[in-house]
Amino acid sequence: MPEVRASGRGALGDGAFRWLTLLAAASVLAILAFIAFSTTKQAWPAFMHQGWSFITSKVWAPQNNQFGSLALIYGTFVTAAIAVVIAVPVSLGVALFLSEQAPRRLRGFMVSAVDLLAAVPSVVYGLWGVLVLGPKLQPIYRDIHSVVAGVPVLGRIFGPNGTGQSFMTAGIILAIMVTPIITSVSREVFVTVPRADKDAALALGATKWEMFRAAIFPYSLGGVTGAVMLGLGRAMGETIAVALVIGSQPQISANLFKAGDTLAAVIANEFGGESTGVAQNALIGLGVVLFVLTIVVNLTARYIVGRAERRMQGAL
Amino acid sequence: MSALDELTPPAEQDLAPAVDVRVRTVSRGRKVRNDLAIGGLYVAMIVAVIPLVAVIWTVVAKGLSGFSLGFLTNDLPHITNLTDAQIKALGLHISTKPAAGPAVVGTLLITAAASAMAIPLGVLGAVYLNEYGKQKPFARVVRFMSDVMVGVPSVVLGLFIYSVWVLRFGQSGLAGAFALACLMLPIVIRTAEEMLRLVPDELRTSSAALGSRTWRTTCSVVLPAALPGIVSGAMLAVARAAGETAPVLFTVGVITATNASLSGPNTTLSLQIFSNAKSANPLANQIAWTAALTLICLVFVLTLLSRLISARFASKRS
Repeated sequence: MPEVRASGRGALGDGAFRWLTLLAAASVLAILAFIAFSTTKQAWPAFMHQGWSFITSKVWAPQNNQFGSLALIYGTFVTAAIAVVIAVPVSLGVALFLSEQAPRRLRGFMVSAVDLLAAVPSVVYGLWGVLVLGPKLQPIYRDIHSVVAGVPVLGRIFGPNGTGQSFMTAGIILAIMVTPIITSVSREVFVTVPRADKDAALALGATKWEMFRAAIFPYSLGGVTGAVMLGLGRAMGETIAVALVIGSQPQISANLFKAGDTLAAVIANEFGGESTGVAQNALIGLGVVLFVLTIVVNLTARYIVGRAERRMQGAL
Repeated sequence: MSALDELTPPAEQDLAPAVDVRVRTVSRGRKVRNDLAIGGLYVAMIVAVIPLVAVIWTVVAKGLSGFSLGFLTNDLPHITNLTDAQIKALGLHISTKPAAGPAVVGTLLITAAASAMAIPLGVLGAVYLNEYGKQKPFARVVRFMSDVMVGVPSVVLGLFIYSVWVLRFGQSGLAGAFALACLMLPIVIRTAEEMLRLVPDELRTSSAALGSRTWRTTCSVVLPAALPGIVSGAMLAVARAAGETAPVLFTVGVITATNASLSGPNTTLSLQIFSNAKSANPLANQIAWTAALTLICLVFVLTLLSRLISARFASKRS
């Protein structure tokens, strides 16, 4: 619909309203640019102090003015990866269930349940994780370790554990938190699969599972990949729940049952009264690193989802 | 014998038994695989719901015992390791009842202030995207960047406001509201735009035919038509903001007595949960659990209301 504007009474409103809304829309760009600029500026002294070793050194020791974030980047990726590995099969199962299998009457109720899972504040997951889930997982970790202790690779990944606070616990909490996101995006992708494709597969005698594999999966691969990356980005940026359950030990270890730390968790736990001067700059610097990492993951995700959407529109 | 006889079909028993197309003939292996896969979907659904039930159950079970009207209104108690008897013996006046009044006030105040900033701005931005920008390159960039901004970790938003505001003006409820507004803005823009898109073009053309300018049409026809949807999306953003901790962690500060103004340090329920979660003190833990219960109730009510409104909106539209 073309814009209607004319001279006469109220003519000022035409341009004024248009500009007002344009400014509001532009505020998103301004804020994003401002975030990037001001945090980088604030972190600059720490980047200068540390140089490239800010991202290549694994020694994070603010008390000795050593600010290497590699161990934290490692923790960020490891916990997010655990989360995605656990959450993807569950989320895809739930998304398929909701779009193809759930009885119509129960569907709305179940969608609400998944939405509520997303609505629980992250600090509540953290509270539950540190006081309830962590202590319960600790003996389970011990049992798993004693089972695989002799096996070459598994014995190291599922190594001996200290407390219930570990990469693994953080990963499990994150998995719970990203499941609703991956579920809702993939469900949106699944419902765009053309009815004709699904009916054709069924008419050829395919079972429901064969129909999923022949009609739904190839069609939605791109969209689902994007959904998974969105979940990955969310898991990497999640702060409070991880800060509570990861155990705050900046270290690179193949042992997933050991305590670790992530970029976001260190910021949440150490940013405060004690950290001043360059230590505080360094913590803001961690925020910049996290910002860049999540932006890259999210841009990739959006690109993949966008390309998949365009292809689907072409197919219809 | 006539030619006719040759045309009549032979008796049925001469033929191989006809295939009944109403019955699926699926080999055993395929059936088993199918049943396993469908069973897997049910298992996935159950696995996804277990944590929801477990978390809510624990929060209700542990939080309810500390819940009272006083919890919502009284000042935060001092966390000490003294028992009731010791406190009495020392003649101190220290409350040992869990309470988080300042956090309740802070949460409502800061979230309301953030909403007052983000919702009008977001709705105006959405109006630009759907009514003016449409597929113009600038509008597409804004849309894309809003999606990117949704993905910015909330802790980064906290650091951002700390860098540009708190370092100059100190910690305050207002600073926390700024950080939460940054979190809400892209959510409001994207949901409001979806809702504006659902408004049929007929409404716009009819209004234009009556001689309305686009801004009049937008304000008195399009926005009212999309209002329930916009409200629903905004409430979802409010629910998200009310539960957030990371953006307010460095921006709001800590207090123990109620501060009902946006200036000066404040506190929120989420901050109380975070700071009391790891404490070994039972009173601190109790405050955390009861604050979690209060926060979950608040967030769930907002989320369910939002769904209710959008469900009614959707059924009216279709």
